[in-house]
Amino acid sequence: MNFILADKVQPYAWFPDGASSFVPQVDFLFTVIMWICVLFFVPIVIAMGYFMWAFRERPGYRGSPEALHNNLIEITWTVVPTIIVVWIFWEGAMGYLDMSRIPKGTIDVNVTAKKWQWAFKYDNGGEHEVAAVEGSVVKELPILVLPVDRDIKMIMRSDDVLHSFYIPAFRAKRDVVPGRYNYLWFHTTKEGTYDLFCTEYCGDNHSQMLAKVKVVSEAEYQKALAKAIQEPEDPLERGKLLYKRQGCSTCHNAGAEGASGPGPSYNGSWGKKVALENGSEVDFDENYVRESILNPQAKARKGYGKASPMNSYAGKLKDEQIDALITFIKSLENTAAAGK
Amino acid sequence: MTAIQETHSTTDHHHGDDHHHDHPSWLAHHFDDAEQQYDSGKLGMWLFLVTEVLFFSGMFCAYALYRNRNPEVFEFCSSFLNEKLGAINTGVLLFSSLTMAWAVRAAQLRQHQLLVGMLGATLGCAAIFLGVKSVEYSHKWELGLLPGKFYVAQLEGHHGPHKGYLEMLCAVPALITFLLAAYAVYAWATKSIFHQRVAGPLLTAGICFFGGVLLGQYLEAQEEASKSHGGHHEHHAMAQGHVDHDSHEHAAASDTHTHDHGAPAVPEVSPAVAMGGSPDVYVASEEVNTPKAEVNQRSMAGLFFSIYYCMTGVHAIHILGGMLVISWLIIKAAREEFHEQYFGPVDNVGLYWHLVDFIWIYLFPLLYLIT
Amino acid sequence: MSVVDRPIASPVSPEADSYPTHHFLNHSKGFLSWALTLDHKRIGLMYLVGVMASFALGGLFALMIRIHLWNFKDGWLSNQTYNQVFTLHGAIMVFLFIIPSVPAALGNFLLPIMLGTKDVAFPRLNLSSFYLWVTGLVLFLTALSVTGLDTGWTFYTPYSIETSQGGAVLAATFGVFVLGFSSIFTGLNFIVTINTMRPPGMTWFRMPLFLWAVYATSIIQVLATPVLGITVLLLSAERLLGIGIFDPKLNGDPVTFQHFFWFYSHPAVYIMILPAMGIISELMSVHCHKGIFGYRMIAYSSIAIALFGFLVWGHHMFTSGMADVTAVVFSALTFTVSIPSAIKVFNWLGTMYQGTVSLNTPMLYALAFIFLFTIGGLTGLPLGALSTDMHFHDTYFVVAHFHYVMMGGTLVAFLGGVFHWWPKMTGRMFNDKLGMVSAIIVFIGFNMTFLPQFVLGSRGMPRRYATYLPEFQPLHQLSTIGSLTLGAGLFLALVVLLLSLVNGKKAPRNPWGGATLEWMCSSPPPHDNFSSAPTVGDPYDFSDIEYDGRVGSYVKRS
Repeated sequence: MNFILADKVQPYAWFPDGASSFVPQVDFLFTVIMWICVLFFVPIVIAMGYFMWAFRERPGYRGSPEALHNNLIEITWTVVPTIIVVWIFWEGAMGYLDMSRIPKGTIDVNVTAKKWQWAFKYDNGGEHEVAAVEGSVVKELPILVLPVDRDIKMIMRSDDVLHSFYIPAFRAKRDVVPGRYNYLWFHTTKEGTYDLFCTEYCGDNHSQMLAKVKVVSEAEYQKALAKAIQEPEDPLERGKLLYKRQGCSTCHNAGAEGASGPGPSYNGSWGKKVALENGSEVDFDENYVRESILNPQAKARKGYGKASPMNSYAGKLKDEQIDALITFIKSLENTAAAGK
Repeated sequence: MTAIQETHSTTDHHHGDDHHHDHPSWLAHHFDDAEQQYDSGKLGMWLFLVTEVLFFSGMFCAYALYRNRNPEVFEFCSSFLNEKLGAINTGVLLFSSLTMAWAVRAAQLRQHQLLVGMLGATLGCAAIFLGVKSVEYSHKWELGLLPGKFYVAQLEGHHGPHKGYLEMLCAVPALITFLLAAYAVYAWATKSIFHQRVAGPLLTAGICFFGGVLLGQYLEAQEEASKSHGGHHEHHAMAQGHVDHDSHEHAAASDTHTHDHGAPAVPEVSPAVAMGGSPDVYVASEEVNTPKAEVNQRSMAGLFFSIYYCMTGVHAIHILGGMLVISWLIIKAAREEFHEQYFGPVDNVGLYWHLVDFIWIYLFPLLYLIT
Repeated sequence: MSVVDRPIASPVSPEADSYPTHHFLNHSKGFLSWALTLDHKRIGLMYLVGVMASFALGGLFALMIRIHLWNFKDGWLSNQTYNQVFTLHGAIMVFLFIIPSVPAALGNFLLPIMLGTKDVAFPRLNLSSFYLWVTGLVLFLTALSVTGLDTGWTFYTPYSIETSQGGAVLAATFGVFVLGFSSIFTGLNFIVTINTMRPPGMTWFRMPLFLWAVYATSIIQVLATPVLGITVLLLSAERLLGIGIFDPKLNGDPVTFQHFFWFYSHPAVYIMILPAMGIISELMSVHCHKGIFGYRMIAYSSIAIALFGFLVWGHHMFTSGMADVTAVVFSALTFTVSIPSAIKVFNWLGTMYQGTVSLNTPMLYALAFIFLFTIGGLTGLPLGALSTDMHFHDTYFVVAHFHYVMMGGTLVAFLGGVFHWWPKMTGRMFNDKLGMVSAIIVFIGFNMTFLPQFVLGSRGMPRRYATYLPEFQPLHQLSTIGSLTLGAGLFLALVVLLLSLVNGKKAPRNPWGGATLEWMCSSPPPHDNFSSAPTVGDPYDFSDIEYDGRVGSYVKRS
């Protein structure tokens, strides 16, 4: 599957393809504003160029210093722009009120933002899938599946700092603020895959805090929902899945996958003695991995004491899930540490 | 404006070789006359006061926002502040405003002795204020009533061990007073009128600080005594009941939390920090005494004390700054520099001092007199 | 010390005093005579050197950013370094360059001379403002060299509370605090000077428009900066004492920080642009040799912008989930600022009409300003309108918009002003041809850098991204090429200015034909500006100013 936006959008379009009910209003208003701008800008530049030429300093010419004041013209160029901006304001405000009034009977999705990953939880408690993306900076991204032609509401919160939820194709954006819930709704109008960005600066890998939104038919959506609550039986597969789903991959490298920082790589660590920030050493075994998941700062690895701190996963993972992760890390015992 | 123009016609003749000769030493060379210099200084001072007001207004805004959000926290925490000490300090500052205004008058009338005396009295009042404030601060620190994340009152209880904070606060003033005493001895030994005029008020101010400390301790002890009779349980209830609350602060606050957007059931426990816990909830719930369990914890009461320390601390720094410039004025006054044409510095410092008092007059009811 | 200078009110024999042998530059010698000077002109020149050095540093960071973004991933900087670089670029440009550029550097030099006084009201305070600025610079450099500041120049909480670069945050916030007071004292000084020290005849409506603009700017500096002061103070208390006012973990509210921050930082945008508009008003009238069109409208609109500027800060938080009513009100207020700005553009065009337009370096920069500022202003419309802002907020569209205003506006006007008053400040003429070439390169480079960013933003490219989607790469590369061109143009401008010091012709008293008071002084001006009160006339009356080929200067026909 190919998720590159370029395939979906003509490469030099002014706006990305629209896929929500907000699109017509926003695009209309923007187009009108743009034409108004052109109507102001072009005459200004033409006048500038013409005056430059016609009144240029040259032998035998002396301009008249009389034209210093003209009430009619001055009032005109005050009043006309005023009327225009009042209209722009009105149109913008009305569009905004539509965006902020959340209708009844929406499909709710819980969004949790944390450094530097999005986590989506569906109504049925299932979690988002992770899929490979070609050509992007991040190899694998969380996929949010949504049904077409429905009202969707995002209930968003942040675990750490400010983030912002932005889907250009929907013309929708809302900050995710720690300490409160923020809401965003939209009505999907078109099937397809769209980019989701974090647009509020949130630290090192802010630019990798991406996701994909897949708008599908109702039937496919139901299928995705059902799949979302499944985890594979095989512990290794399950660990691999959790590695991506729980966002370990945004900081830790495993095999050839995942980010190369700020956290230590999993490769080739299992069973060895590793140095800690406080100067001591510890066996990299089941207990160490478990403790590092539940209480990450307890035994920070040497050189990682000042890295962006990892959040605790206590209460977020079941014991079997931690077991699966351990199995996964164990499987990397003999993988050479790739890159950094 | 007309005055300036008039003087211009007179100074116009003096251009050329030596345009300084009509400038007395107290008139800066780029000013035309005393009036222009005085007007400039005055306008400059007023603008500075405007910036000061805006500087404090940031904290007043923070106060308004958080009090509006958590009124019960403010009512509860305010009960830890000793109104008597606050009232004494208000009185002291008001009196110092009077002496400061009198000093301006004395400067205009060339009453140099009186001027030094009035400036000294103002300085002494400022010192008393800081002495009382030191007692208040050290007392709260001993109780663990500290700002933000250091707030530990719920762990240590009401009568924490005596940690000697007051001695720490008094160390520097003690050193300064000692040096001033040495200076005073020197002044009297050399029989220099100028040094005597400077050393006298400064040493008095140093001693006043400790007077303020004693006064504060006496009143604080009285308050203690009355608390242990009447309002005993008020403080102790919270001190004991809260050790266990510390571990699940979040859970405790979550039931007071209602959402401002009227959201449908949110699947997870909302964090204690959730915004807009609307005040009506508390007004509706019959008594403000009930939520004390939730109130007396770091994430709630800590914030009040953060605001308390920020506001009173920045105000105290302004008092200290005022004391410095008043000392500078005392030196100038001891040299008999001021007269009816040149009293701008006294006047401007006076304006500043009134503003500092004025801010306290707002701080006192907003922080101490909530209940 | 007595100063050899003739009163400028007396009849002028141009040959004699066009090239003074004794002026403020050689009035006294030695390092201390500069370091401890109370002369507003020397302080202004020191500021000029300082802000230009800061600009060079900030510009270097800008080029690092653009070069990094050549490829959509694996640029030559790590994400972390990239974040530090864009933070320092923003912080240095805003706090050390743009805010002090026009008011502190040019304003200090020109305000007393244009007004006809010997100095500003409080020369010592003026010098201490400069040293506060230097302190701020040192603190920023500390933040840069000790650890990397990575919060963005806005210091948004809770990131600035949580980030591991704590020392840097403290150094930088303290730096901002100190710079704030530098700015406050400069503004205070200017307001008092203009209010109390105008010489006889200098009524409010005989003041040059540059002074109106500086006056309006000073009002903002005095009223808005203290709020920034307390905000960064609370932020440092947050880091040191964990007071929790802005920390959601302690029941504080991060959005409150944004409100506090932008209550200053939005008016600060007008601290940046208003004096630039003042410069353009001067440049347009002098180089068109015609009075400014609609003097009163321009003067009033400066004050209007200063006042409305205080009411619009909320538009920086449109997407933060503020109440609908608040958002709508802030949007409405935002549009009120656009009208006075539009009026000014029209008035500048009106000034050209039937004038006598000399095309030279300052004039080219002024024309570039009008072109770029108009684009910057018009692209503000979709950002002020609420529904379109939901799409553009925090994207490259915003980046391009504010660079058009701040860089295409303020920087270009600043350069125009520096070229315009350079002969007055240094007593040397620069190479006008090369200067015009620099203006053209800057203009082309600028548009090539930032026009593509409008397209990037409208297609959804978020700002502050160290890596991006591959499809954005061509536009980013175009922008990078533009930025290198722009850098080359700016470098050429610097070379032109520096060359003039080496081999420039001596500047006459009035090389451009200006009618304001600074052109009545010699170039460079004497130590005390005016040994007696100057005769004040209409600052835009060019009818009796003529070019005199014998002295190579404009002279007042008597």
